[in-house]
Amino acid sequence: MIAIIDYGAGNLNSIQKALEFIGQETVILESAQNQEIEKYSGLVLPGVGAFPGAAEKLKKNGFIEFIDKFVESGKPFLGICLGMQLLFEWGYEELKTQGLGLLKGDIVKMETDYKIPHMGWNELEIIKDDPLFKGLPDRAHFYFVHSYQLKDVSDDVLAVVDYGTKIPAVVRKKNVIGLQFHPEKSGDNGIKLLENFGELL
Amino acid sequence: MHKKRIIPCLDIKDGRVVKGVNFVDLIDAGDPVESARKYNDLGADELVFLDITATKEKRKTLAELVEKVAAQVFIPLTVGGGIRTVEDMQLILRSGADKVSVNSAAVKNPELVKKGAQAFGSQCIVGAVDADKKESGDGWEIFINGGSKETGIDLIEWVKELEELGAGEILLTSINADGTKDGFDIEMLKAVTEAVNIPVIASGGAGNIQHFIDVFQQTGADAALAASIFHFGEIAIKDVKKELENLGIPVRIEG
Repeated sequence: MIAIIDYGAGNLNSIQKALEFIGQETVILESAQNQEIEKYSGLVLPGVGAFPGAAEKLKKNGFIEFIDKFVESGKPFLGICLGMQLLFEWGYEELKTQGLGLLKGDIVKMETDYKIPHMGWNELEIIKDDPLFKGLPDRAHFYFVHSYQLKDVSDDVLAVVDYGTKIPAVVRKKNVIGLQFHPEKSGDNGIKLLENFGELL
Repeated sequence: MHKKRIIPCLDIKDGRVVKGVNFVDLIDAGDPVESARKYNDLGADELVFLDITATKEKRKTLAELVEKVAAQVFIPLTVGGGIRTVEDMQLILRSGADKVSVNSAAVKNPELVKKGAQAFGSQCIVGAVDADKKESGDGWEIFINGGSKETGIDLIEWVKELEELGAGEILLTSINADGTKDGFDIEMLKAVTEAVNIPVIASGGAGNIQHFIDVFQQTGADAALAASIFHFGEIAIKDVKKELENLGIPVRIEG
């Protein structure tokens, strides 16, 4: 059973349907109150909205401690889009806000000559191979919608995309995984990647 | 790389895909879920659903249709037709749409665009515009109610206002070109893409591959939308993309 964290920031339907499409059972958690980590094989932090509001909601609903314990248990934790950005130390959207701090780095406004938000399909450039990429075509396309990004290509970055500048697109440190794009909107490639995530459960 | 997008549009009437010529003479073209799945397999970058007979009672039917499609097809979905309130937007987005498009309702109540953008983010709100040449021949004006009612509002002023209100994208249909298969309205698209900084989807007039080449080479359009030529298999999306790629226009081609 995969738990999807609801922090009131929009549509969880798509990721839930995509996970169900690949045969996973899912449940949506609105609060971490009385939740037992043992019940879930994986945890997903989806992403729509702004960094400060999301961080605030996570704190308010007791998810900070829940996520820490889940990560400690060694089970896979996936952050998508804003959910990936929240994995890091500080976000600079609207105001400086503390993130989950599971990975090292800051989230800053994109600087590029192209239009912002970065909205549309872009090709993945894999820096470090990983079981997550198993079965994907070379330079696979994924669907992006975002205006902020991880500032530096740190050691945890597995793949980037070129949008006038190199944007970290996939990060991973052991069981903590982050995707800047939306796998649930990236057609067959997105489904493949979610299946690979499912293999880690 | 900024990829140009190819978007099939599915006009929906009573739960079926239809395609009109100059907004009338509707022809039945198929089942929406089946069409959506087929387009995903054929390389569509996004899908647009426009409910052309949307009434209050029909909106629930539309939401159910969106839900069915969103459970089967995992690419971005834009849904429009009869969306008049923030609650309508919420219903459609909750059903699994990624973006909603507003047309006549935005003209009658521009605050709708602003409120929608504040509630769901600009990336969710598409400003759909139907335009035609002014009678004076100087510039274009916008039409509402499925292209049937002229407003006297200047196209360029209106798209700038849509951007200001918080629309994340413009879906621009040329009434004159729509259904003719004589090519996109290059002049109109040039003027609009120069006037705004948000992505513009070109709509109306696609008849052959050259028309897609023209629209991307001669205007700043970010995406091109077409319906009948894709529905009836006259042109394959993959062939369009292959030609565009050969000419150095960036598109999504897998493998």
